[in-house]
Amino acid sequence: MDLRFNDEETAFRDEVRSFFKKSLPENIRRKMVEGKKIGKEDIVTWQRILNKKGWAVSHWATEWGGTGWSPVKQYIFLDEMQQAPAPSPLQFGVYMVGPVIIAFGNEAQKKKFLPRIANIDDWWCQGFSEPGSGSDLASLKTTAKRAGDHYVVNGQKTWTTLAQYADWIFCLVRTNPDSKKQEGISFLLIDMKTPGITVRPIQTIDGSREVNEVFFDDVKVPLENLVGEENKGWDYAKFLLGNERFGIARVGLSKERIRRLKELASIERVGDKPMIDDERFRTKIAAVEVELKALEMTQLRVVAAAKNGNSNKPDPASSILKIKGSEIQQTISELLFEVVGPYGLPYQPEQIEDDRVNEPPIGPDYAAPLAPTFFNWRKISIYGGSNEIQKNIIAKAILGL
Amino acid sequence: MDFELSEEQRLLQESVGRLLSDRYGFEQRTAYMKEPGGFSRALWKQYADLGILALPFAEEDGGIGGGPVDIMIVMEAMGRALVLEPYLATVVLAGGVLRHAGSKVLRAGLIPKIADGSLVLALAHSERQSRYDLADVATSAKKDGAGYVLDGAKGIVLHGDSADKLIVSARVSGKQRERDGIGLFLVDAKAKGVSIRGYQTIDGLRAAEVTLAGVKIGAEDVIGDPGKASPVIERVVDEAMAALSAEAVGAMTVMHEVTTDYLKTRKQFGVPIGNFQVLQHAAVDMLMATEQARSMAMLAAMMAAEPNAVERHKSVAAAKVQIGRSGRFVGKTATQLHGGIGMTMEYKVGHYFKRAMAIDVSFGDADHHLATLAKMGGLLAA
Repeated sequence: MDLRFNDEETAFRDEVRSFFKKSLPENIRRKMVEGKKIGKEDIVTWQRILNKKGWAVSHWATEWGGTGWSPVKQYIFLDEMQQAPAPSPLQFGVYMVGPVIIAFGNEAQKKKFLPRIANIDDWWCQGFSEPGSGSDLASLKTTAKRAGDHYVVNGQKTWTTLAQYADWIFCLVRTNPDSKKQEGISFLLIDMKTPGITVRPIQTIDGSREVNEVFFDDVKVPLENLVGEENKGWDYAKFLLGNERFGIARVGLSKERIRRLKELASIERVGDKPMIDDERFRTKIAAVEVELKALEMTQLRVVAAAKNGNSNKPDPASSILKIKGSEIQQTISELLFEVVGPYGLPYQPEQIEDDRVNEPPIGPDYAAPLAPTFFNWRKISIYGGSNEIQKNIIAKAILGL
Repeated sequence: MDFELSEEQRLLQESVGRLLSDRYGFEQRTAYMKEPGGFSRALWKQYADLGILALPFAEEDGGIGGGPVDIMIVMEAMGRALVLEPYLATVVLAGGVLRHAGSKVLRAGLIPKIADGSLVLALAHSERQSRYDLADVATSAKKDGAGYVLDGAKGIVLHGDSADKLIVSARVSGKQRERDGIGLFLVDAKAKGVSIRGYQTIDGLRAAEVTLAGVKIGAEDVIGDPGKASPVIERVVDEAMAALSAEAVGAMTVMHEVTTDYLKTRKQFGVPIGNFQVLQHAAVDMLMATEQARSMAMLAAMMAAEPNAVERHKSVAAAKVQIGRSGRFVGKTATQLHGGIGMTMEYKVGHYFKRAMAIDVSFGDADHHLATLAKMGGLLAA
């Protein structure tokens, strides 16, 4: 048992760290540090830099552009990327639909879609949730009926993140209304330019416009866009949701946010001293650091188990990554709000959204994104299966209750 | 980076686990508690035969040359069994002082006897007023020819009533809470001027209040450099906290297992109570608390031998915070989920709860170490 990276792992860490330092555009890095909005252009620019280096889809099978790195190296890569801090490659393509196509898609689909996902030539979004199907995802009602060489899709998806930019959406649709609810679902790839699709934005409590409703009105989808077998889509969806083991805890991101928190807490003052020297506040920071350290160690246990090929049986540790990771991120966002005190109040969306705004900010120049981010990050314990659903899963799958 | 146990460590885990599962049933434990000293001398001898009393000592001193991960393995098994024997007191605490500061002569005289089970030791360091401040030592050591004379009182000396010899800290110079000026001395439990009042602790183990009145110490029983003992004490206490963290994880694991089983078997309203979501989520919360604690106990073990004392202490303190919080939470929830039966002396869950609480208040509770960590600037550099 040894916490230290070996020479090869250390050299690898230095290599990725120096690559991020050299290649991450300064304006993107700065926006990440300041918590400002990362736009479509930023994500495309950065993912193409990564793809040119061969690192955009590092965890994919090597024949489709993966790196063949060990689980430890994959972990180091993600950790360093989050600490840089650099944006993630587009989740919906790289971490969600890409691996599903690799595992279950046919050759034509792989050739058509995978290189474009890696280079972010197509922007993908996720069509799972519906207005009546949140935690009970398998109750979804959007239908796909066969009509000759295509399906006709009708229904509505919601909470569709960044659908406003999307070229494609991967959807769970009901292809057999008569079978058990999990057994009548299929996994379809749909071109967002198809007639009959309408995207309507939903504004979230922080004022941002990340999520959307997507309506399907007699949308024709070629049969060739079915992934795998008809009515097996639920299995592919579970595969997709279970794939998040390494990234979900976002330990690297939380480390970076804690550094930011300490930086701001040493600027802000309480009475005659910096907030970082206020006993009450610094104890709150230390408490979340302990939680984060424990989570990092738990994550490393999962990575080490995967390295030793024990990945078939789920490590009890892996199940807690999402719950603890989300709680920690939310706690940090709350402390970042707290650090500016009343200067969390001025609502200045233009200071977050538009990097070229000329108007000087109200209050300290780092304050504007902090309160909105706190509110926005409440989503983390809700999306991808709420924390309560995660506990149901753990109770059943691990504790046998 | 590697979290696997070596082949030897797996064997150690198996053999200690087997011995304790054979010999530490609930009723057996109750009987051991009534033996002189409140533990089983027969088992102590078996620990010697198994080699675990020699575990952390250097081979040249008659030990096995094991490290903190080996101690973690033993202590976790002891936590699962809720052992009463003075392993922490003799091997980890007093043994730690000998390893880090004992002269060659002292090591040669004492370590083989620890290893063969014929010598029980205790570390008499904390005092009534010192709480968790390791530098707060009022007991005095006055120079007396080539030796010293000790006067003062020591409190909560773990297994102090069964120890053959005590390692006592005392101040040779400086003010009461000064880090400099502390020395360590080997004192025979039967020496003139030593009086020991033993008692049972809340968790069923033993401790003692020790009074020292004009106790004479020969030059050969002065351990290390008198006045410069603080780094040794801090290091040994860090090692002890790492060991206790592993013990607590063993105890939490059992509480979680027992509670989960209970939820599957106890029926109310015509169904096993584990069908109720509110109890399922409480059981999941216990699992998470236990696994986070396990992760930090591993960190503490892997950092306990870290040469940089600041980094070592930060990691161990962080582990102790997690262990304290998790242990309290798991113990309280285990008791609550059992209902009335969890409140009884005849049911085992309460005994694990008491041990988890005792571990939290030993060598600094979660709040104490959190405050320390915060004062040291936390774990991540700004």
